[in-house]
Amino acid sequence: MLPTNTHLLYPEFDYFAPLTIYEATELLAQYGEDARIMAGGTDLLVQMKMERQQPSYIISLARISALGGIKRLEHGGLEIGPTTTIRALYQYLTSSLQLPISNFQSPTSNLQSLQEACNWFSTIQIMHMATIGGNLCNASPAADSAPPLLAFDAQVTLKSKTSERTLPLTEFFIAPGKSIARPDELLTHIYLPASLPDTGSAFIKIARVTADISQVCAAVRITREGNCAQDARIALGSVAPTPMRATVAERDLIGQTFSLELAEHIGKQAAQEIKPISDVRATREYRQHIAAVIVRDALLRAWERTQ
Amino acid sequence: MEPRLVTLKVNGRTHHAALAPNTTLLHALRDLGYTDVKSGCEKGDCGACTVLVNNTPLNACLMLAWLAEGQEIVTVAGLGNAEHPHPLQQAFVDFGAAQCGYCTPGMILAAKALLDEHPHPTDDEMREALSGNLCRCTGYVRIIEAIQNAANELDAEQRG
Ligand SMILES: Cc1cc2nc3c(=O)[nH]c(=O)nc-3n(C[C@H](O)[C@H](O)[C@H](O)COP(=O)(O)OP(=O)(O)OC[C@H]3O[C@@H](n4cnc5c(N)ncnc54)[C@H](O)[C@@H]3O)c2cc1C
Ligand code: FES
Ligand code: FES
Repeated sequence: MLPTNTHLLYPEFDYFAPLTIYEATELLAQYGEDARIMAGGTDLLVQMKMERQQPSYIISLARISALGGIKRLEHGGLEIGPTTTIRALYQYLTSSLQLPISNFQSPTSNLQSLQEACNWFSTIQIMHMATIGGNLCNASPAADSAPPLLAFDAQVTLKSKTSERTLPLTEFFIAPGKSIARPDELLTHIYLPASLPDTGSAFIKIARVTADISQVCAAVRITREGNCAQDARIALGSVAPTPMRATVAERDLIGQTFSLELAEHIGKQAAQEIKPISDVRATREYRQHIAAVIVRDALLRAWERTQ
Repeated sequence: MEPRLVTLKVNGRTHHAALAPNTTLLHALRDLGYTDVKSGCEKGDCGACTVLVNNTPLNACLMLAWLAEGQEIVTVAGLGNAEHPHPLQQAFVDFGAAQCGYCTPGMILAAKALLDEHPHPTDDEMREALSGNLCRCTGYVRIIEAIQNAANELDAEQRG
């Protein structure tokens, strides 16, 4: 047995750096559970140094150019390549959010929450290394990109050597550290539907220090019709075994006349739906309390952005 | 696993090194003699191992060395030396921004990346840019002062 907690990488693994998605899925088919995909490596290498994961093979995605980049789709949606770094996504969203109002119908016009999640993400160094696909596939309940993507009804495509499926992100997370992706599947695309008019979004993260993962985070999206919330999504992180949507709170919000009192009520409702635990970062009670507050605040902020 | 030959370009010099697959860029650099790159937490938290890869600040402890093949790596020694220090290096000396000095190489490189992007950073921008670099000695105040001063110095240099 190797000594634990040396923070050094144990030696027994080899690596591949395929150039195409197909080659990567072939390697996954061949090595199965013995192999791990590595995108930015910021989760995987830490887990390997802690000896929580001991793959025999690492399959790096770094040289597969087809997995990177952000594309606007014809129908107005956005396609995000999984190896897009958090920093690259932040810069893309920041520059497109600065577009003049005439471009308001652009696919990114209401993606403020995703931009905020990228901005709150850890340190500059980690932002440059961490990828959005790695953030989802690591399936941490604290993944910062998950709540905004859930709130935008994102979909993901998983490919193996012989199969391909596209599913809503709501079905993707199974348990802490576990997604629906099989060991032979690669996350190849993340899709955001076309943005709706009169829609605003917001993300709020509470953490011990900005560089840390969240104690609680929440993302909301509201579509407005007059004074009513015509459609809405509320998603939270670090409050349950997986990133989750507060669907009862969403239902209570939709169709109602928006007000501070309503936002407060919806925040409390969302806090009843979560299943937080106490851990090194926060107690269960703190998470319960703060979830109501940040859902309320995020709703107010998103509502302001609908006008 | 068998070591493989990896070509690393560090501070303008090219090295061919036989590296085992588990060698992080941090330890590859230190073994090549670039001991100005420090090992702290080994988990991405402290920033002591910060290097610039193609002008981007990364944690060398979380990067496998073979992934840096062919890329331009810069350590703090690549910015300047005792005879010809970079304005950031000089400012860290002048403002007492280093005590034990263990965080200093990472701090200076994170600051360099910031100034490349924002030549006139605000206080908030400086603090944010250094959020991945921990210092147990200085309390950060002098570090911020040093960076602010280096920014002014670089600006004056540019204006000639
Ligand atoms: C110091 C530090 C601070 C951090 N702060 C934050 C934070 O504030 N917020 C936050 O959310 N996270 C944070 N993290 C966690 C981590 O950086 C993120 O989860 C990051 O997005 C992971 O991306 P990666 O590319 O580095 O993933 P990797 O480590 O490369 O991969 C993570 C997992 O996903 C799998 N995987 C990756 N890509 C694919 C793919 N395309 N298809 C199938 N499987 C894939 C890998 O096999 C692995 O199991 C932090 C990490 C560190 C070390
Ligand atoms: S040693 Fe790399 S971040 Fe601490
Ligand atoms: S000077 Fe000692 S850690 Fe910063």
